[in-house]
Parts: sequence; structure tokens; C-alpha cells
Amino acid sequence: MLETIEGLIGVPAPLLFGQLLLGLINGAFYAMLSLGLAVIFGLLNIINFTHGAQFMMGAFVAWMLLAWAGLGYWWAMLLSPLIVGFSGIILEKVFISRLYKLDHLYGLLLTLGLGLIIEGVFRNEFGSSGLPYRIPAELSGAWDLGFMFMPIYRGWVVVAALFFCIATWLIIEKTRLGAYLRAATERAELVQAFGINVPRMITLTYGAGVALAAVAGVLAAPIYSVNPQMGSNLIIVVFAVVVIGGMGSILGSIVTGFGLGIVEGLTKVFWPEASATVIFVIMAIVLLARPAGLFGKA
Amino acid sequence: MADTTGKPLLEVKDLEAWYGESHILHGVGIEVHPGEVVTLLGRNGAGKTTTLRAIMGLVGRRRGSIKYNDRETIGLRSDLIARAGIAYCPEERGIFASLNVTENLMLPPTVAPGGLGIDEIYKLFPNLKERANSQGTKLSGGEQQMLAIARILRTGAKLLLLDEPTEGLAPVIVQQIGAMIREIKARGFTVLLVEQNFRFAQTVADRHYVMEHGRVVDMVGNDELLTSLDRLHQYLGV
Repeated sequence: MLETIEGLIGVPAPLLFGQLLLGLINGAFYAMLSLGLAVIFGLLNIINFTHGAQFMMGAFVAWMLLAWAGLGYWWAMLLSPLIVGFSGIILEKVFISRLYKLDHLYGLLLTLGLGLIIEGVFRNEFGSSGLPYRIPAELSGAWDLGFMFMPIYRGWVVVAALFFCIATWLIIEKTRLGAYLRAATERAELVQAFGINVPRMITLTYGAGVALAAVAGVLAAPIYSVNPQMGSNLIIVVFAVVVIGGMGSILGSIVTGFGLGIVEGLTKVFWPEASATVIFVIMAIVLLARPAGLFGKA
Repeated sequence: MADTTGKPLLEVKDLEAWYGESHILHGVGIEVHPGEVVTLLGRNGAGKTTTLRAIMGLVGRRRGSIKYNDRETIGLRSDLIARAGIAYCPEERGIFASLNVTENLMLPPTVAPGGLGIDEIYKLFPNLKERANSQGTKLSGGEQQMLAIARILRTGAKLLLLDEPTEGLAPVIVQQIGAMIREIKARGFTVLLVEQNFRFAQTVADRHYVMEHGRVVDMVGNDELLTSLDRLHQYLGV
């Protein structure tokens, strides 16, 4: 069968599947990060350019927990989102909440600036060469799938990311809390006039979106080295994903995130030179054909 | 007949309100007693909607006094005003497109005991049950209005602020809304109603305040309405 695939498409099957898996993993990070951005944008109307730095913080907190407190990967999965999410709540309270009545541009400039400051502080403290973070023992090793070796940790990343994406989607679409969120995204003023403390909901939503970025950071720590630039490298692509999916669309960010990761992986197989730009080319085409994005409401 | 001799449920005094730089209300005074249905009549731009929004805490800035159940609410945020027991149904109805009918209905949290149970709501508004899973904004205008009122009857709020519930609806639906307002009055709710159509107001209300240029300029009891028609025509320009 593998020979048939190779005969059909003219590339070795292990290369194809290897790149598909890499694409799926990148897609998992795109999906989780653009999901957090979508949740935040929907309610706060702020494009959170600090998101990349918060992803990086998630990874660094995991590293610190291990290096300084001896707390391993699973503790980091729990504590890092809480710690980084809490720092997000403070940012929202102290800075971002002052901008809701102003133009989008102010939120963009503020969060971009905050992101640069956070990144600078970490570069100052930890240098830019990157720190290693080991794959937890339970998830190290690889499965032999017959046609390729699949590192267990990479499979775990895809499964965990899918879990967090679906859980977030379910909370927003199927629960009472989600109904408050959707309603407040449409008309916050009226939701508040029904007796719901919307300012507090906004703060907690920002914290939750940031916590999602931190979860992605913990998942990423053993794959990429933990370094201060890891967020800014990724976030540029994530913003393209958000634009393609449709700003603020929850389902759009999940589907587009995974989909574009796979497209990027396939491009590496068939036209490696284009793989770094394919997402931006798709973004340009989508913007021309559907300015509101694939899943956005015009 | 409602008891208008005791303490008012809602007492508004010298209410001024602003949207940004525009000064809209210039000292509004109204009283609504428990169990009453009171309307605010007046032309477009007289300040009726702004009065409701100011009571609900939805204007940029406000000054004066708004006492509900003898408690001053002028300094409260709108969610705390709602929690005190006042519910608001906006002119554009405020049905959420991203929520289905049931989610729209269940959205406002309970603020006090004594609201209508879901069975009672469905008995009053059978359409809402049939269309439970439809997108809220896919309902007809009349059904959306019913939904907008039904969801605040659930919450236990005793004072309902209704902003032009009959606007843009067919006469047969307007009659249904009239019947519904009489029904909720019979159940002991208190209603402050903004209306352009005083013929409709006449069928549901105990008293009418007339507003002009951000002030209350007159008050007419429903029993005096027929003898005051000339005066009202002058105010309302109908």
C-alpha cells in the first residue's frame, strides 16, 4: 500500500506522513492560540497582541516549576495556566479595561507593547538561547504505526489540543455561562441590565483566553526549546490563521488552525520553498474573496 | 385598582441625564405605585426612552434621585439596579441572534422569588415552546416582543420597564400585547410603559405622564383621558 501511495504522488510515504504529523502539531498550536484570541476578541473587542508572550510565559512557568520547585509536567499543566491566567487578569484590570471605550488601535498598541516588554524581561533574565524541557517519562518513546514512528508526546499534543478546543467550544455553545458570553458579545450593555456583572465576566474571560495560551505553552515546552522568542515566532502565523478563520469565530479558529497546519505540512512535502509563505498567500486570497474570513459573519 | 395612596414603588425626582455632551433629561419627576401601569407619552425625542434607560442606569451620566422600594439607586451600576428588582425590555427588543429561543428566555438571572415559572410562561406564550430551538431573531416581530417580555417575567423583578412594546406590530398582535399587559398587571406586576400610541395606552394604563423636551409636563388619569383629549392632541401632535 505504501508503494501505491509513493507511486501515486511521487514522494516517499514516511516523508509525507512525517510532515503531515508536524503540520498537525503546528495546527494544534495555531488552533489553541487562535481560539484564545477569538474568545478574547469576541467579548473584549481587543486584538490581544500579548498572546504570544503569554504562550511563552506558559512554557517558562512550566520550566520554572520544574527547575525551582521540582514540580513536573502534570503540575505545570495545572499551575501554569492558573498563574499566567492570573497575570492576565491583573493586566486586564490595570491596563486593558481602560481602553474599551476607545478605538481598536489603542488596544492593539497597548497589548503589542506589553508583549514586547514581557519578552524583553524574559530575554534579560534567561537569555535567548533557549532552555531544555524534557518530555515527561509517561509520554516519551514512540509508537511504531507500521508506516512511520510516531513519538508519543506528539500524539499527546494533538489529542490534548483537540480536547481543550472541543471543551472550550462546548462551554461557549452549550452552557449557560456560554450563553452569557455570546449575548454579551452581541450587546454587553443589555446583558448587564439583566443583572449580570459584565465587567467581571470580561476580566475572567481575558484570564481564560490567556490561560489557554499558557496551556499551549506548556504543551510546547518539550517540543520547542523554551525561549523568549517562541511566542513571537508563532503568533504572526496565528494572526494570519485568525484572519483566515474570521475574527472572533470560535469554530472558525479551531478548524482553520488545524487545517492550515496540515496545509503547511503538505506544502513542505510538495513545494518546500513555499512552506513559509503559504499561509500568508491563503490569507491574501481569503481577504480578497471573503473579507470577513471563512467562518466570519460579514 | 392599584393602591396609589401609600409609598410609591418607584419615585423619580429631578432626574437629569446626558449622552456624552448632550443633555437629554432636564429634571424628570414621576411616581409609580405598586400594581400600577403607568405610561410615558410624548413625541419622538421627548425623552421617554432616555427616562427608562436612566432608571436602568444605561445613560452616560445621570443626576437627581431614583428611589426603588425606598432605596436610592442613582449611584448603582445597571446590573445592581436589575438585582434590586427592576427589569427592562428595550425598544429594539434586544433578542440575541447567537442564542436560541430557550437560551434567550433563560438568559436573565433570577433576582427575586415570585417570578413566573417556565410552565406559566409557556401557557401565556405557547409559541415560545413550539419554537424553543429556533434562533431568537428568526421569530416574527410579535413573537420576538413576546419573548422579550416573557424573559423578564421569569426573573422575579416586580417593576417592568417596557419601551414601546407595540411598535411596528400588526393590530391583532398589538391586541395580544394589550391583553398580556393586563394579565401581568392582574398578577401584581408594576409596569412603566413608553408609548407613542395613546389609544393603546388607554386600554392598559392607570395613569399617563406626558413628556416634552426632557421634562414631564402633565399627568392624566386614565379616567380623565377622554375629557383631556384636546390637551393631549396638542402635546402629541396627533
